[in-house]
Amino acid sequence: MALTGVLRPGHVQVRVLDLEESVRFYRDVLGLVETGRDAQGRVYFKCWDERDHNSYVIREADRAGLDFFGFRVLDKATLDKFDADLRAYGIATERIPAGEMLETGERVRFTLPSGHVMELFADKTKVGNGIPLVNPAPWCKARDHGIAPIRFDHALLYGPNVAEVQKIFTEVLGFYLVERVLTPDGNANAAIWLSCGQKVHDIAFAEYPEPGKLHHCSFLMESWDQVLRAGDIMSMNAVPVDIGPTRHGVTRGCTIYAWDPSGNRFETFMGGHLPYPDYETMTWTFDNFGQGLDYPQRKLHETFLTVVS
Amino acid sequence: MTHTVSIEDADVRYACAPQESLLSGLHRLGLRGIPVGCRGGGCGVCKVEITGGEFSTRVMSRDHVSDDDLAHRRLLACRVYPSSDLSLKVIGKLQKKVCTPAADRPLP
Ligand code: FES
Ligand SMILES: [Fe+2]
Repeated sequence: MALTGVLRPGHVQVRVLDLEESVRFYRDVLGLVETGRDAQGRVYFKCWDERDHNSYVIREADRAGLDFFGFRVLDKATLDKFDADLRAYGIATERIPAGEMLETGERVRFTLPSGHVMELFADKTKVGNGIPLVNPAPWCKARDHGIAPIRFDHALLYGPNVAEVQKIFTEVLGFYLVERVLTPDGNANAAIWLSCGQKVHDIAFAEYPEPGKLHHCSFLMESWDQVLRAGDIMSMNAVPVDIGPTRHGVTRGCTIYAWDPSGNRFETFMGGHLPYPDYETMTWTFDNFGQGLDYPQRKLHETFLTVVS
Repeated sequence: MTHTVSIEDADVRYACAPQESLLSGLHRLGLRGIPVGCRGGGCGVCKVEITGGEFSTRVMSRDHVSDDDLAHRRLLACRVYPSSDLSLKVIGKLQKKVCTPAADRPLP
């Protein structure tokens, strides 16, 4: 098997200001599938085509933003090895017992120098995507409810010490650097896009003075047509849209950025090129960041740089 | 029944309905004066100080609104709804920026 180690983004927990308003948004407008609620009051969702019990969890709090981001790793031995490797590298880790999140096994938790809480886990109950594993249909009716992305794809996080974060992902966790934007002086990276497989990115970071900030969580759509349909549904529901529909130069992904009812930005996204780990990193100079963000409009939107939760 | 909102120092006055936030009323008219971000009370860029008038609010992120802010009516315009004519000052700043290491920037 070629894909080992970290397999994919597995879950994210996001804070919302009003739980029921947010449930209505994520379930009926974004079209995620609600899969459970726990004793802490958290609400669990998955995208219709995902097989694991949950990928997107919301918690009511007095501030918006990200609680943690978790990657699924291959198996328990891999989890233990990453835990040991992280500690050998000098990063403190903590074990969260199985069952603390619904239908989820033991998690290894650590904090990045950017202030973001990361997790690794090897087990989450497979509940399926509503399509049988024998003679499967290509889709089921959940595909037509709301925007209905097919999976939670990646996140862009803002915080300090991006160079150190890059080292942890590439030297300990087995990621590789797909694309980057240089700082204005060209001596460092202002933003980095990292992959653990053949997706154009699984997580991205941008240098920012405040730690632990969420720029966006991204949901994968099947086609450009589905991205445009997502834009229609956003407008029908008066969802505040930030940028798009347009295409990023960085990643080549086609996108809309918009905000949830608590000011957490999300993305409906499709496409992107398919990198391999042996490919050279692609570099954008800072004066081309506008094309990197919005290729047709060549515009470095002010909100992209300044609005986070 | 709409109310008149005045932005001090900007010489902007606009009509805002009670069920419409101070930010969306301004935005709907295509006027500028208060920075627009998430429109959900989460990002803090639309911060204003209400200098006169009555209003109601919806929940907003305490990352951007402290107890002292609440006491002094320094609030997020996207979560404030007018119940009388009202005046405000813009105090939110768009000064934090991606790409520049924290050490090179003035403190927020
Ligand atoms: S626009 Fe983000 S808090 Fe008002
Ligand atoms: Fe993205």
